[in-house]
Amino acid sequence: MTDKKTKYQEVAYYPGCALEGSGHAYNRSTKALGKKLGLKLKEVDNWNCCGAMEVKNIDPKIQTYLSSRVMSIAANQMGMDTVMAPCNGCYHNLKRAEYDLSNDEDSVAVTERLSSKSGHEAYKAGQVETIHALDWIKDAIGEEELAERVKNSLKGMRIANYYGCMYTRPRHIFPEKDQGPDSESTSKPHFMDDLLAAAGAENVEFPLKTACCGGAHTLSDSDTSTRLVLNIIRAAEAAGAEVIATECPTCHGGLELHQIRAESVLGIKTNIKVIYFTQLLGMALGLKPKQVGLHENVSDSFGFVKEKGLA
Amino acid sequence: MRTLDAIGQRLDELSRAPSSPTLPGEYLALGEEVLEHWVIARDMTPTDDEREGFRLLALHRQGAEKLPSFNACRETCRELAFHYNLLTTQPDHPDAAQRSTMMGLVANHLYLFVRGKMEVEELGDFCCASRPIREKVDAKQTRQ
Repeated sequence: MTDKKTKYQEVAYYPGCALEGSGHAYNRSTKALGKKLGLKLKEVDNWNCCGAMEVKNIDPKIQTYLSSRVMSIAANQMGMDTVMAPCNGCYHNLKRAEYDLSNDEDSVAVTERLSSKSGHEAYKAGQVETIHALDWIKDAIGEEELAERVKNSLKGMRIANYYGCMYTRPRHIFPEKDQGPDSESTSKPHFMDDLLAAAGAENVEFPLKTACCGGAHTLSDSDTSTRLVLNIIRAAEAAGAEVIATECPTCHGGLELHQIRAESVLGIKTNIKVIYFTQLLGMALGLKPKQVGLHENVSDSFGFVKEKGLA
Repeated sequence: MRTLDAIGQRLDELSRAPSSPTLPGEYLALGEEVLEHWVIARDMTPTDDEREGFRLLALHRQGAEKLPSFNACRETCRELAFHYNLLTTQPDHPDAAQRSTMMGLVANHLYLFVRGKMEVEELGDFCCASRPIREKVDAKQTRQ
């Protein structure tokens, strides 16, 4: 077994706030998929918000501290060396905190001061490795083993894989990416494509896989978000996809909600299904739609998965 | 230079137009124009330089100067350039019409992203946001 394969068999799990609420289907399907594959998740004790986008706008160093606290608990209280965050926002913020604590003395000083005030050991850069759910499945299981375990092939399902804009940006906080064909690419990410192809899916050429979905505009300018999402959906449909596979609760929620809003506000109906990659893989491995939380999605894709022989 | 509204209207018209050999060039030019708006709104002069053979990519780089979040449209710009290359080097390819549709959607995404970002950053002169608010804030800070 490779180092990563061994290391990722048991990881600290940081679901983040969205997976407790609007993205609960992602939480459920991530846990169910891990269990099905024999991988262990140990949820970070008493975890807190990573700072999301809001705190960063007020004081980036507070955000660094908030993210560092999650990593500190995983390392210093739970003895874990890997934190897995399925949400792009959480993943991005933990990686950014890691970068800042490796490169910025002021961030280290603020984190040490706030950690001491909060009564826990300060996180030190390098204590844990933060990974995404895609890294977890890709490295702990891999395509070959995944393909062997598929019970309901996704054969004939045409998928546009949508990674969103925070999974790969900014490049400097992801030093492990762009390190050759086996690593993830920041310009053309492919881990989700690889995993779903291993389960039998047909991935379409999709030029907007890392384009902005307007998540940050949702509250201040919903129309812009709706138009951005509609454009992504149209591009996926033009590419011949029946499904947009997602790996972030914010992107997923945005796609689902603005797909509905596009119909009600702009009168434009689209038919593509929006499903988490963990739900698709889970069903391919034989889990029932409810076990992967399909009923918790906003959009209804039960008929579609039944038609595809996954239910 | 056309207004952003006019660019949006033109993109909308082109999305209904039949595929033609002039479309890739027009989509690319519209993408450049969108980025010119962004660069000008940040009080810079749009560059005439090229990167990897494209002014579009040089304009994007200029627009992202000291503003890493603008890199959220980096791949969109690169996809626009890629589709331009596909369509101009293989105009008779069986997928040419499909590629042309896709290039239009990519160009539209760049337009929507930049337009939205200008409002969020309070740049530009449209809507209820924008430059007037920013100038007011600047003036207040100067007085302080």
